Amino acid sequence: MSEVKYSKEHEWIKLDGDVATIGITKHATEMLGDIVFAELPEKGSNVEKDGTAGVVESTKAASDVYTPVSGEVVDTNQAIVDDPSKINQDPENSAWFFKLKIKDQSEMDTLMNKEDYDKFAKETSA
Amino acid sequence: MDTKKTSLYQLHQDSNAKFVEFAGYQMPIQYAEGIVEEHKFTRNHSGIFDVSHMGQLFIYGDKDLTSDLEKIFPLDLKNLKLNHSKYSFLMDKDAGIHDDLIITKTNEGFLIILNAACKDNDFKILKELLKEKYKMILDENRSLIAIQGPKSSQILNEVVDGVRDLNFMSGNWFSFENQKVYITRSGYTGEDGFEISIPNDFADKFTRELINKGSKLIGLGARDTLRLEAGLCLYGHDLDKDKTPVEANLKWAISKERISKGDFIGSDIIIKQLNNGVSKIRVGIKPEGRIIAREKTKIFNQSDVHIGEITSGTFGPSVNGPVAMGYVENEFSKKNTKVFLEVRGKKHPASICSLPFYKKSYVKGVN
Repeated sequence: MSEVKYSKEHEWIKLDGDVATIGITKHATEMLGDIVFAELPEKGSNVEKDGTAGVVESTKAASDVYTPVSGEVVDTNQAIVDDPSKINQDPENSAWFFKLKIKDQSEMDTLMNKEDYDKFAKETSA
Repeated sequence: MDTKKTSLYQLHQDSNAKFVEFAGYQMPIQYAEGIVEEHKFTRNHSGIFDVSHMGQLFIYGDKDLTSDLEKIFPLDLKNLKLNHSKYSFLMDKDAGIHDDLIITKTNEGFLIILNAACKDNDFKILKELLKEKYKMILDENRSLIAIQGPKSSQILNEVVDGVRDLNFMSGNWFSFENQKVYITRSGYTGEDGFEISIPNDFADKFTRELINKGSKLIGLGARDTLRLEAGLCLYGHDLDKDKTPVEANLKWAISKERISKGDFIGSDIIIKQLNNGVSKIRVGIKPEGRIIAREKTKIFNQSDVHIGEITSGTFGPSVNGPVAMGYVENEFSKKNTKVFLEVRGKKHPASICSLPFYKKSYVKGVN
């Protein structure tokens, strides 16, 4: 399994073969506050890199969730739709959003590693 | 213009508040625990709200003032008892709402609590309407602190003895550190609670004492979810100059006695609407499932005709689901009417419901 990569829109992505698991970062959940609603892409649909692939809402506002790479949605995490507070509790593990069968592995190269993302998150929230 | 800070700014900072600018003030939107926990703590225990940005307008006068204010507000002020409060509105001649407010009769005149974003304009309007006959002070030297929730009476009474004997919508002068504080049993959460008008220099100490007794600071974020569950209107969203109190379904706040005479600003329109009905009216709206319909969400009927708009909508932590209110055409305002809400291009089912979403627990008849 490859290392976890991060996008500027605060998604994380973990590649296993040609299937990527995607969620939002802990930093994102801290900025959003209590998440009370989650909407995920439909299984079987195709999503394009940097396109919207879901929505999360806190008590304050709605925010789009973007996909950091292109692909076909092969699975979604119903558990976070049923109980969105799970996203605040365990964002970078059990509260993943969706899995993609990715089209173009090279899209992964445009993303940040953990060290760069942490720096980016710190700079942009300052 | 620089944003203003309340006397509790340091305390908010010490309590890890996240700040937002609201009506020209730096105000805490939430603290470390977050909106949902703050909301629930208020419902189950006791929460403290810094509402010092709101206007505290003291108007000094006697019988003449009472008569003059009756020309402005649709209230039976002649029969309002000393230290009793009423919810009301400042309206224009078309009954459009400039602001909603609480007016309390004091031993020297009246105290009117105004919305932060409206207070300067309200002051100007009232000064003109009262032709500068009375001394009016929009008091910047006093803070306003609310304490809300079931444990609040006990906690506040430990700091200011005697407050627990107040009835809902009544107040009195009390003393804290030899300072005169005016306390009313009122609030904006649907819970039992109090609002305390206190000199700025003592607000920090007073609030820290309440925290020591077990209450917690609550931000504007939870204030909004609490008031929406309680079905209470937020000015600038659920109320504005394009809406009348009758359309806002607040006719309970208009004195019947005064309607029969009809000599207040906006009374022509109010009477006409009470007799003939209104074309749009404020209702509670319960979305099915978990979808949150926020302000400006369009409402459709079952034939896909646009019939209104959401004016406030969020997730209600105590209801554990989405809650909203808005205005719909009158014929679709009946309880349980099925409607559709357009969120992100998709129409989601919802139904018209009665307010509040969360049952109020005001304390009446203590004595």
